[in-house]
Amino acid sequence: MAERPELALQLAGCEAVLDAAGALWLPGARTLVVSDLHLEKASSLARRGMLLPPYDTGATLRRLESAVRARDPRSVICLGDSFHDRAGPERLAGEARARIAALQRGRDWVWVTGNHDPELPPAIGGETAATLVLGALTFRHEPCGGIRGEVAGHLHPAAKVARHGRSVRRRAFVSDGERLVLPAFGVLAGGLNVLDRAFAQVFRADAFLAFMLGERRLYPVAPHALAGD
Amino acid sequence: MNRPIHRTPPAETLLPPRFGGWFAARGWAPRPHQLALLEKAQRGLSSLLIAPTGAGKTLAGFLPSLVELSEEVRAPGAPVFGPHTLYVSPLKALAVDIARNLEQPVAEMALPVRLETRTGDTPLHKRQRQKLDPPDILLTTPEQVALLAASKDARRFFSRLSVVIFDELHSLVVSKRGDLLALDLARLRTLAPGLRTIGLSATVAEPDDLRAWLVAQSGPEGERNLSELVLVEGGARPDLAILASEAHIPWQGHSARYALPEIYRAIKAHRTTLLFVNTRWQAEMLFQELWTINEDALPIALHHGSLDRGQRRRVEAAMAAGSLRAVVATSTLDLGIDWGDVDLVVHVGAPKGASRLAQRIGRANHRMDEPSKGILVPANRFEVLECRAALDANYIGAQDTPPLRAGALDVLCQHILGMAVAEPFDAVALHREIVSAAPYRRLDWETFERAVDFVATGGYALRAYERFARIRRRKDGSWGITHPRIAQQYRLNVGTIVESPMLNVRLGRKGGAAGRGGRMLGQVEEYFVETLVKGDTFRFAGRTLRFEGIRDNEAFVSNAASEDPQIPSYAGGKFPLTTYLAAGVRRLLTEPESWRRLPPQVREWLEIQREKSRLPGADELMVETFPLRSRHYMVAFPFEGRLAHQTLGMLLTRRLERAGARPLGFVATDYALAVWALRDLGALFADGRPSLAALFDEDMLGDDLEAWLADSYLLKRTFRTCAVIAGLIERRHPGQEKTGRQVTVSTDLVYDVLRSHEPDHILLQATRADAATGLLDIARLGEMLSRVKGRIGHQRLSRVSPLSVPILLEIGREPVFGEAQEDMMADAAEDLLREAMGEAHFGDGADRVAGGGLG
Repeated sequence: MAERPELALQLAGCEAVLDAAGALWLPGARTLVVSDLHLEKASSLARRGMLLPPYDTGATLRRLESAVRARDPRSVICLGDSFHDRAGPERLAGEARARIAALQRGRDWVWVTGNHDPELPPAIGGETAATLVLGALTFRHEPCGGIRGEVAGHLHPAAKVARHGRSVRRRAFVSDGERLVLPAFGVLAGGLNVLDRAFAQVFRADAFLAFMLGERRLYPVAPHALAGD
Repeated sequence: MNRPIHRTPPAETLLPPRFGGWFAARGWAPRPHQLALLEKAQRGLSSLLIAPTGAGKTLAGFLPSLVELSEEVRAPGAPVFGPHTLYVSPLKALAVDIARNLEQPVAEMALPVRLETRTGDTPLHKRQRQKLDPPDILLTTPEQVALLAASKDARRFFSRLSVVIFDELHSLVVSKRGDLLALDLARLRTLAPGLRTIGLSATVAEPDDLRAWLVAQSGPEGERNLSELVLVEGGARPDLAILASEAHIPWQGHSARYALPEIYRAIKAHRTTLLFVNTRWQAEMLFQELWTINEDALPIALHHGSLDRGQRRRVEAAMAAGSLRAVVATSTLDLGIDWGDVDLVVHVGAPKGASRLAQRIGRANHRMDEPSKGILVPANRFEVLECRAALDANYIGAQDTPPLRAGALDVLCQHILGMAVAEPFDAVALHREIVSAAPYRRLDWETFERAVDFVATGGYALRAYERFARIRRRKDGSWGITHPRIAQQYRLNVGTIVESPMLNVRLGRKGGAAGRGGRMLGQVEEYFVETLVKGDTFRFAGRTLRFEGIRDNEAFVSNAASEDPQIPSYAGGKFPLTTYLAAGVRRLLTEPESWRRLPPQVREWLEIQREKSRLPGADELMVETFPLRSRHYMVAFPFEGRLAHQTLGMLLTRRLERAGARPLGFVATDYALAVWALRDLGALFADGRPSLAALFDEDMLGDDLEAWLADSYLLKRTFRTCAVIAGLIERRHPGQEKTGRQVTVSTDLVYDVLRSHEPDHILLQATRADAATGLLDIARLGEMLSRVKGRIGHQRLSRVSPLSVPILLEIGREPVFGEAQEDMMADAAEDLLREAMGEAHFGDGADRVAGGGLG
C-alpha cells in the first residue's frame, strides 16, 4: 500500500488535494470541502412508502468524521444538498445532531445552500451562504461554468470504464484545472455519468479529466477513454 | 406405490349424453385419463395429471368443469356470480391459445358456458367489465390471480369458484412465481372452501412435490397431504441420436459450426424442424450460419425472447400455418403452444438436463403414439460426453427436474401487503392460511412476524419509520393499509418477474444516433449494453451490429461492416448442467468400456488423456497442474456447472492470494475450472503450501464466502430482485424515464448500507437463500466440497493435458475474473499517462496531475 489514497493538483493556481473518499482538501486554507451529503435521504423516501434502511445519515456522518479526523481542518465547507429535503434537519435524530455539533466544535463551518436545502434552520449550527469566495476559489452548489476557480457539486459525477465486455462505474471528481466538480459524499446519493450533457455546460468537451475513486487510489481518466451509460 | 387402485366407472355413467354424443360424432372415445380425472373431480378430489404432450391434457383438465357447468341448475331468482373455474398458465399466449381451442367443444355442444381470458394485455375496460360480470371460466396468469385476490371485492368475486386448473405446473412451481401462486391458492381456498384443483404437468422427478402443492397442508411436520395422481405413461419411445459427423469435433466453443452441412441436410429431409439452442447468442449464430448455406432458400426463421414482439408473433403464425421449414429457438418455445407439424427436433449444444431434453424433444410430433424424432448436436468434445449421458438418461426415462425449495421470503412480503390491500387481516389467521401452502408449510411464526414488520415499517431495528408505516394495527387488532396510495403502489409492483431493465435496440446510421424512427430490432438487457462502448460489434436479431450509443432509453446501433462480432457473448438464458447429467458424465469417464458408444475422435481424446495424464475416478476430484508460457496453471474437474465453478474460482483465488501463490485470474465452464498464477502451483501443492485438501476445504464457505459476498456484484443483482419483489423499491416501468440521479435509488448503495447495519435483515436472508441456488449456486458447491473431501487427486504434469485443452481455449472468450475492477481503471489511467507524456493538451493542471501525482 505504497500509494496514498489522494492526488494533488493545481486548481486555478491553488494547491488542491483530492482524496479517495470523495472530499477536497485545501492545505493552504486548511479547509475541507464535501458536497451533496443528502442526509436523511432514506427517511425522505420513506414518507412516500419506500422504506429504505434508516442508516444513511449515520453512515454518511461516519465518513465525514473520518475525513475530519484525518485532516483536522480549520474550516469545513458543505457544498449544498447537505439534506435531502427541507424538513431533513427536523427529522434528524438527536444523536446525529450531537455528532454534527461535535464536528463543528472549534472550527468554522459553512453550509452552502443547495436546491434540496435552500434554507437551513439556525439550530443546525454553522454559517449559511449561497456562494462563498476564498482566494482564487468560488464555492457554490450548482456549477455554472465560465468562472475560473469555481468549486461545485450538484451533478454527482460518476465515470465508467468499459473493457473487454465488462465495465466499472465509480464516483469521480471532474476538473479541467480551472474548475472542479465534487462527487456526492452521501452514502445513498446516486451518480450521473460525466459524459452526460449536463457536464457540457461546465467543461469543454474532451478538455477535462475524471478522477475515479478507487479502493486504494484515484484514477485520472480522459473522456475518450470513458464509456457512457 | 402400493396405493389402492380405484376402478374408473364406465364412460356412460360419468359423461352426460351431450358429451358422449360429441365424442362419438368426431369418431373419438374419451381417453382413460380423461375419465379418471372426471371421476375424481366428481368425488370432490384434487388431482395431478402427468402426461406427455399430445395426450389431450387440456381437454382432460377442463372436462370436469364443462360437465359440471352443463348440469348446473340455476335456481330462478338466485343470480350466479363469479367464475366457476379459473385456469392459470405461465404464458399469456398459452392462455389465449387454450381459450381458442376450448371454444370449439363449447360451441359444438351448445354448452351454457362463457369463457374469457384476462392477462396483462387485456384492455382496462374489459378487465373492469370482467369484475362486474365475470365469465364462467376465466383463463389467466399468476400475476392476474394475485391482483384479483388483492382486490377489495375478492371475497364476492371468488364466492362461486369451484375449480382451479394449473397448466404446465412443473414449470410454475420451480420459480418465485410458483411461490406467489401457492400463496394466492391458499387465499382462494379460504374464500371458496371446498375448492378443487387440477394440475397439468410434464413428467417430473418428484411428482409428490406437485401433488402436495395442489392441496392444503395441515402442519409443518409429518407426511404431506397429497392430491390424487393420474399418470399417463409416455407414448412411443423417442427416436433419439447424436449427430454423426465426419468433421472434426472442436475442442471448445458453442457454435457447432462443424455440423452445419449435416444439420442443413436434416432440415431438407423433414417437413418442419425445430432447432433448440441454449442461449440467444447461439440462436443468433446458428441462424446466421444456416442462411449462409441455405442454397435452396428454405424458409428458416429465428425466435427468442429478446426479439421484437411483433416479429415473434409473425414467426409463431407462420409456424402454425405450416409455412416454415425450420425455426431456431431458445427456451421461449419450450412450453405450451401447439405447433402442429414439427417432425424433427434438433438440439444444438448440450441439453444441460435430461428432463429439459425430454420436454424439448416432445415438441416434435404432437401425436403421442408416434415416436418423436430428435437429433443431438454437441458443439464440442465435453458436450459429446454430456449428450451421451443425456441420451442414456432419456432412454431409461430418468428425470432431473430441480427439487422444490422453501417459499421465498420476498414473495411472502409482497403477498402480505396484497392481503392487507384486499381487506384488513388478522395476523394469526393469515399465518394459518399461509402455512397451508406447501412451499410455506414450515414458515414459523417468528419469521412471519418479521415479514409483517418489514411490510409495515421496513423491519429495521432502529424503529425510525413508525409514522410512515404502510400497514398498521387497527383498534380491533387487524392489520390494514394506512393510505389508498399503498394499494396503488402494490398494484403497480405486483408479480415476481423482475426483468433486468431492458433497452430497445433501434437500427440507425453509422456514426451516431441519427434520426428517430429507425427500425426496432428488439430489446437487450441494460447491463449488457452498459458493457459496450461505441464501435463495439455484437450479434443480435440475425445480424452483426455496431453499437452507436444510448439516447432516451434506446440503444442505437448500425449495421456493422464486418461479420465477426468483437463482443463474443450476448448470453441471455444459460442453464447450468444438472447434477444428474454431471454424475452421468463423470461415470462415462470412469468406464472405458462405455466409450465405444462415443465418436472415434472423442474416444481417442480420452485415450490420450489416460496415457498422458489420467482420468478422474468416480467420486474423485481430479486436479491437474502444469506450466504453460511462463504461467502456472491449475485445472480442476468438478463437473458441477458454470455457476458453482465461478463461485469456487472466486474463493480459490482469494485463498491462493493469501498463500502467496499470486493468482492472476480464472475461467469457469460447466465442466472445469482453470486458475493461473505466477508461482508454481504444482510445487506449492506438493509441498503442502497449501495442500489441495486445505485449499478445497469446506471452510471456504465460511469467512471467505462472507468476505467475497460483501462485494459480489452477483449478490447485488440478486438483492435488487428481492428488493423489488418485497416492495422495498419500486419497479421501473416501461416508458418511465430514467430521470437521473435523484429519482433512481441505486440498490447497490442500499445493499451496502443494509449489509453493514443489519446483516440479519429479512431481505438479506432472502438474498442469501436465492444465492444458494441461483447465480452463485453455493448449495451445489457445498455438496461437491463435502463429497470430494479426502478424495482430491493431484496430477502434476510438465505440459497441458488433452482434457485441459478445452478450458484453456476458453480464456479470452469467457469473462476472466480477477482484480478486474481496479485493473480496468488503472488501465484507463495509464492510457492517459502515455498520452500525456506524448502530447500535452489538457492544460496546466491536468498535465501536472498526469505527470506528477500518480507516484
